[in-house]
Amino acid sequence: MILEAQDLRQRYGAYVALDGISLTIRENEFVSIIGPNGAGKSTLINVLTGALPPTEGRVRFKGRDIGGIGPVALTRLGMARSFQLVQIFPDLTVLETLEAAVVSRLGRGLRLFASLRGDRAMRAEALEVAELFGLATRAHVPARVLPQGDKKLLDVASAFTLRPEIILLDEPTSGVSTADKHAVMEILVAAARRIGLRSIIQVEHDMDIVFGYSDRIIALHQGRVLADATPDAIRADARVVDTVIGRGAR
Amino acid sequence: MNSPVKPALILAAVGAAVILVPLAAPPYYVTLMLPFMAYGVVLLGFNLLFGYTGLVSFGHALFIGIGAYTGAVLTTRFGIRHMEVILLAAAVAAAVAAAPVGALCVRYVKIYFGMLTLAFGMVFYTFLLKFYRLTGGDEGMRMLRPYLLGSEWAGFNKTAYLVGPYYYFSLAVLVVATLLMWRIVSSPFGLCLRTIRDNPLKAESLGIGVSRYRWHAFMISAVYAAVGGALLAPPIGNVDPTLVYWTHSGNVVFMVLLGGFASFFGPLLGAFVFIFLQDTVMSVFPYWRLVFGAVLAFLVICAPGGLMGLFARRPVPLEPERG
Repeated sequence: MILEAQDLRQRYGAYVALDGISLTIRENEFVSIIGPNGAGKSTLINVLTGALPPTEGRVRFKGRDIGGIGPVALTRLGMARSFQLVQIFPDLTVLETLEAAVVSRLGRGLRLFASLRGDRAMRAEALEVAELFGLATRAHVPARVLPQGDKKLLDVASAFTLRPEIILLDEPTSGVSTADKHAVMEILVAAARRIGLRSIIQVEHDMDIVFGYSDRIIALHQGRVLADATPDAIRADARVVDTVIGRGAR
Repeated sequence: MNSPVKPALILAAVGAAVILVPLAAPPYYVTLMLPFMAYGVVLLGFNLLFGYTGLVSFGHALFIGIGAYTGAVLTTRFGIRHMEVILLAAAVAAAVAAAPVGALCVRYVKIYFGMLTLAFGMVFYTFLLKFYRLTGGDEGMRMLRPYLLGSEWAGFNKTAYLVGPYYYFSLAVLVVATLLMWRIVSSPFGLCLRTIRDNPLKAESLGIGVSRYRWHAFMISAVYAAVGGALLAPPIGNVDPTLVYWTHSGNVVFMVLLGGFASFFGPLLGAFVFIFLQDTVMSVFPYWRLVFGAVLAFLVICAPGGLMGLFARRPVPLEPERG
């Protein structure tokens, strides 16, 4: 297993956001986390990515405790994330955004007098990722003028550029039109394969996407794991269908 | 997009003009170029923090003061007159002061960062004012005429020295400072600073440690300010605590807004226009701050990109944010 959470509890005063969650993510798995609003998904993501130390319990990534270690240390260990609300650098071009990720991965950020333009290998790598994500034709466009779907792709692409072993995607298709959702997912999955990503965790509301791409689905409800099984088994689970998916939807 | 030829031509023309100024212009205007070049160095550093990292310091006069006082102390107390040594010492002194101050300040952003830098500036101001024996209090200290390139330039009277050797020395420092800063903003480090300016949350998620980079930018900008401050001292001849007062920090912010913080050369243009505008306005109208206040209000409302923003064409038109 690559990521493991043991009996996570998170309290905000009297409110219990996570009430004893245990889960494991194995290599070469695409796992989706689903649940109604207030189920604890956002808190769980923050704990799994070391942004928030759990009140109780442990998160281990490759055997190391990553509770509250923060984003910078997390990326060094090999885990990356993207955001539900798209996060980009508005005034940086697509290429600059990806180059920044390459700089960070190679630990060259404190080279004060090195030439960015002169580093062909770095630029080539950034361009390669831009191509994987279909952003190459817009490489020199500032991120702020990209269409919403491309902004979302750029957010994910820059995380992929870190060449993480595992990536956590927070609603990768939110804000993307229904027609484009599958195209976005196809790009993500293909890029993951090319980059050699070992596992993907996504939090997603769109059940088409969840059932279409997951190896395993973890359903949360009121801060607990309601079900943790294959898509087929989840579909057949009456409790999950009632509380999370909804009878009309599937 | 602009072709690279045009900016290069403009730069060459400006460079030639600046080299020829002492030969063609009356000495009075040549001496006005000296503070321009000194502030030019200060602003290059200030804008690494402001334009490239997104932090507005309201206490940068602290480091200008450290540079200027380093020159005064070395020449009057220690008899060290070599300008090269003074510049080096100013840089080191600023770095020593900026390391702890920066480490504290960069934990805060926006107005809190600004206020904290302002507070440190005022602490130093009070120190200069109250420790009379050390600093000369409100009267300040004399800055003796420094040697340049090992020479005393004894045959030159004060004006001839300033409009001759000192002018070209200042220009050389400005050119070196500009080239170095150009390297810095074009480096991987410069790119990381811009990611932090645009979106610190995203920068951290890409593994770019925001506080660490901000601290480095703060250090560099402090060193630039001190070198500029040391250059400023010989033309003034006497350094006093007003150099460190918060209104002086305000002038620095004003110059950058005037020239345009979004452009590499904007701050240099801002320093130039500020110095000459101030001189012109002061000679015809005693309440020059009134005029400058109106200019500042106009800039913020009508031309937030500063003077450079008026000239430069954006490669891609700004689109209104859509939800």
